[in-house]
Amino acid sequence: MSIHHIHVTINGKHYEGDVEARTLLVHWLRDSLRLTGTHIGCDTSSCGACTILVDGKAVKSCTMLAVQADGRELLTVEGLEQNGKLHPLQEGFHVEHALQCGYCTPGMMMAALALLKRNPSPSEQEIREGISGNLCRCTGYVNIVKAIQYAAQKLREPQPEQVPAGSGGGGE
Amino acid sequence: MTTSSAGPHVHGLGEPYKRKEDARFIRGKGNYVDDIQLPGMLYGDIVRSPYAHALIKSIDTSKALQVPGVVAVITGKDLEAAGLAWMPTLSGDSEAVLAVDRVLYQMQEVAFVVAESRYAAADGAAAVEVDYEPLPVVVDPHKALAPDAPLLRPDKKDRQPTNQIYHWETGDRAATDAAFAEAEQNGIVVRQDMYIPRIHPAPIETCGCVADYNTATGKLTVWMTSQAPHAHRTLFAIVSGLPEHRIRIISPDVGGGFGNKVPVYPGYVCAVVAALKTGRPVKWIEDRTENLTSTGFARDYHIHAEIAADKDGTVKALRVYTLADHGAFDAAAQPTKFPAGLFHICTGSYDFKHAHVAVDAVHTNKAPGGIAYRCSFRVTEASYLIERMMDTLAREVGKDPAEIRLQNFIKPEAFPYRSALGWTYDSGNYEGALRLAMEKIGYEELRREQAERRARGELMGIGISSFTEIVGAGPGKHFDIAGIQMFDSCEIRVHPTGKVLARIGVQTQGQGHETTFAQIIAAELGISPDDVDVEHGDTDTAPYGLGTYASRSTPVGGAATAVAARKIRDKARKIAAYLLEVGEEDLEWEPGRFYVRGSPSKGKTIQEIAFAAYTNCPPYLEPGLEAVNYYDPPNLTYPFGSYICVVDIDRGTGEVHIRRFLAVDDCGTVINPMIVEGQIHGGLTQGLAPALYEQLAYDENGNVLGSNFQDYLIPTAVETPRWETARTVTPSPHHPIGAKGVGESPTVGAPQAIANAVVDALAHVGVRHIDIPITPWKVWAILKEKGLATA
Amino acid sequence: MIPGPFDYQVAGSVAEAIALLDRYGADAKVLAGGHSLIPLLRFRLASPAVLVDINRLRDLEYIQEADGVLHLGALTREVELETSDLIRRRYPILADTARVIADPVVRNWATVGGNLAHADPANDHPATMLALGAQLVATGPAGQRLMAIENFFTDSSFETTLQPNELLTEIRIPAPSERSGGAYLKLERKVGDYAIAGVAVYLTLDGNDHVTYAGIGLTNVGPTPIKARAAEQLLLGRPLEEAVIAQAARQAAAEAQPVSDLRGPADYKRAMVETLTIRALRLARSRATGGASR
Repeated sequence: MSIHHIHVTINGKHYEGDVEARTLLVHWLRDSLRLTGTHIGCDTSSCGACTILVDGKAVKSCTMLAVQADGRELLTVEGLEQNGKLHPLQEGFHVEHALQCGYCTPGMMMAALALLKRNPSPSEQEIREGISGNLCRCTGYVNIVKAIQYAAQKLREPQPEQVPAGSGGGGE
Repeated sequence: MTTSSAGPHVHGLGEPYKRKEDARFIRGKGNYVDDIQLPGMLYGDIVRSPYAHALIKSIDTSKALQVPGVVAVITGKDLEAAGLAWMPTLSGDSEAVLAVDRVLYQMQEVAFVVAESRYAAADGAAAVEVDYEPLPVVVDPHKALAPDAPLLRPDKKDRQPTNQIYHWETGDRAATDAAFAEAEQNGIVVRQDMYIPRIHPAPIETCGCVADYNTATGKLTVWMTSQAPHAHRTLFAIVSGLPEHRIRIISPDVGGGFGNKVPVYPGYVCAVVAALKTGRPVKWIEDRTENLTSTGFARDYHIHAEIAADKDGTVKALRVYTLADHGAFDAAAQPTKFPAGLFHICTGSYDFKHAHVAVDAVHTNKAPGGIAYRCSFRVTEASYLIERMMDTLAREVGKDPAEIRLQNFIKPEAFPYRSALGWTYDSGNYEGALRLAMEKIGYEELRREQAERRARGELMGIGISSFTEIVGAGPGKHFDIAGIQMFDSCEIRVHPTGKVLARIGVQTQGQGHETTFAQIIAAELGISPDDVDVEHGDTDTAPYGLGTYASRSTPVGGAATAVAARKIRDKARKIAAYLLEVGEEDLEWEPGRFYVRGSPSKGKTIQEIAFAAYTNCPPYLEPGLEAVNYYDPPNLTYPFGSYICVVDIDRGTGEVHIRRFLAVDDCGTVINPMIVEGQIHGGLTQGLAPALYEQLAYDENGNVLGSNFQDYLIPTAVETPRWETARTVTPSPHHPIGAKGVGESPTVGAPQAIANAVVDALAHVGVRHIDIPITPWKVWAILKEKGLATA
Repeated sequence: MIPGPFDYQVAGSVAEAIALLDRYGADAKVLAGGHSLIPLLRFRLASPAVLVDINRLRDLEYIQEADGVLHLGALTREVELETSDLIRRRYPILADTARVIADPVVRNWATVGGNLAHADPANDHPATMLALGAQLVATGPAGQRLMAIENFFTDSSFETTLQPNELLTEIRIPAPSERSGGAYLKLERKVGDYAIAGVAVYLTLDGNDHVTYAGIGLTNVGPTPIKARAAEQLLLGRPLEEAVIAQAARQAAAEAQPVSDLRGPADYKRAMVETLTIRALRLARSRATGGASR
């Protein structure tokens, strides 16, 4: 079983380490790097809970080997917030009540991010198709669609001021 | 609760206050069980049976123990030696933790491998060699009752000599039979067989735990995916013999439960045993296949239902016989008193004078379970059968499904209503909900459109479900889990500066308790929910509670919270009277403040009072401002609603397309409409799932089919329609704030709305029933038979 | 679900990949998108000694039309087929196919070559390529070898005529002639599923709407991808009228070899081949004659 020394940029930060050839990328992120925001929900690349961006493209990190990430740039949910400012998707998920148990949420946001990069003004149907590789058991998707529409709008017309969501709720 | 214009805006009841828990989840900072990593932690992996029924001839662990990183392998014989090979189920059966001499279902736990990493544990599990001798398999529950069926549970043959677990019946059989005899003569009788298949809650987070035994203090801490941490602590104490105060269960963030995380599973017990044995923390996390194939399934009811009615469709009596498949161990989640749970709510929203229900439950070579998948102990089965039967009755008497419902509803003035099967419904206005649904969706227009389309050869259907739910168990005298009464609790501490910490006995898995329970307290004390933190899930700190399932959080935990907050307010009044030097009876309350009647400017805010409780407390009171309430509800609550679904059927493929789905729900007082609507969206999707997609099927050898998400079909955003919702409000008269609970109503109510719509689309050619899941090939077979199939 | 142990080698060039395959032979598996292979490893249904990762071979990712032939690099990701202007405009059948494979996230990484070389009868590209009459380029130690798609699959599931030391490097598809068009229709239990049944058709019509080329491929209704030869023959030289379409669809259904499983009973699947063939032929006719593309 070969061992490989890999270098990966994650959320703008450099990481390196030794991995077994068979180590799944999601396990390396979670167990070795302790980036536990990326979740595991199935074994068959069906649920999308482990979705991250690799070189800008959404990928299911349970179906990629850690060694395959060598030299690549990754973005995980932990990298969405920049300088204390939530990403419009994070904001949208909060404002539109697009999460309940929160388990699918990171993967869902990362899939949505990839969708909006490709298509900044998706229709409802395009959003639904765009997140069809990500399963949610709690929300019924209606509010996830709204959250992505919210973020799309926000990203198209950048607002100087963003609602600080999160720190202790927010009773708007 | 009205908000005074003078008082602060408290974001109390009825406000769409944004969720407090989102802050961590949207940042990937949730703390789920698999996120926990302790120094020196080991990983467990389970060796499982490939056979549905077999004798274990031998287990050879020697190769596994040679795998690098493997620390230990635990077998059933090891557990037997320690007296831990069996554990009690929620239904009082004994379940094998690790099989000792026989396996009873495919994927049953056979050995537990402990290793330095997940990968080594998996390698070790693959290297355990088990020699099996296959035995005849019983898959069909009907065959389990045959005289020549192999006895599946020789371990308990003394108290249960056959595969039949129980026979249970309720209602007045003689009066019901008489009503049927009368209807056979002068009225009508409709009958239908229906099967509600085995399905699985399949939360996106599977089950798992981290067990950590401190050899110095003798304290066991278990982080686990638990919907009921206190009940689990008590069960662990009973199983392990460890003193209960030395067991701490922590249910951290839970990635969905839906009933799946109510039972105790062998993996938890194995992890605890391994932690005790190795003196190191042990993590065990299921994979998806293990979750689907071995942890609590739901439904699996074979139902025969009959309605006796007058010729005009006025219902008289309901008679139901059900064969329940419980699998290898009776691990159904239900109160001791009711082996079929609340199935006898099956008279639903209709005024039946007589009813009788009989249920036989049997063992088969399938995984154990019978848990309440987003429903209150078999309500889904009950509601499905009655709503399907009402449609069948409507066809028989030639009336519209809406008309037959309006004709037979329990009338608003009849509440509290005592049903023929003994339930006392608290409140309801069924006609109001259905009429609102019909108006919102444009029912009459849809019927016209359907007729036009039918004339053009197109198949469109409209389905109604006017369900009644029964949630919020206790009362404790009737309802228990493993003997523990189903009360619930809240403890509130008001700090000197008026900020609040509340701890509750119920356990969120996404329902938003940290927000809604803060709102209850906010409303009662007139403060902002921002000033209230709600904690749960840690048995060392939270007051004892029975956990969250069966939509009991708001009806029971919410009530405990409101009552505890009122205790705080009562004490605050005493302190305010002391501070203002008036009698308590001279004080008026407005949100956040007591003031002297007639002198509104003379008052004390709750924050001032809290400060005084610690700094200037009346000498005749205990200092501090805290309260605890253990709430045993006087009755269950009965949420209800009317759903209308519109479908179109593809005559070439048999595919069902849901064009519209409108849900009118009535859950009494609404705490947070945003969260209620979110619960309804999610619940509807889990109602859609079994109606059209999900089923845990078995082949004749007991092999599980659909054991991963490629074949266990959870709807995506594409299959899921854009749900439409509306609301009526009929408060519960016995709940402190009138709330009834809502999380499960849509899962209970939706499947039959969809099934009724599909049957409605085909009713004109004589179709009366199609078993769920309504797959394209089931529909296409009917289209073909009726000459309606066309490309 | 943890894979068993294996070694990993990354190929820096096609030549290096071939050399690695030549060295390890049947002990090696090619890792492309990995969406079939990695789940197999995780379920321990496959246990190769070594994986040869070809994902770095950027020179196998291309979509080019030249000299009357569409050249697809074997490592072209499904998302590129789905979104390419050239493909949408000139080869809508390929866009039809790509957009129903698995889900959008999987399609970012999954490759057209992998979809073919895994030779899963449930995969979607085989039927489409059979309908299009594609040619495949296999590269081995001795150089390149060109073969017709129908010679790529064998009579067994998950088996191709590629040698262990050969790599599928390119797919060649004849550029559309005048009045030609195709369509791929897939019936699935839910989005992202393998097909209950899938039908790809490709047609060329003459000025009188008579069929001069017909290709029909079937997905997941037999042990291998199926080329419905008799149905194709039945169409040739005939006008594409409804009666002919119906007849060809019945024939295609007769050529399917479905078995009953969780995706439905065999008779249903066979009937769905008929339904989908009719619908696909109508859509292909519409595209060939300049009608609505969808």
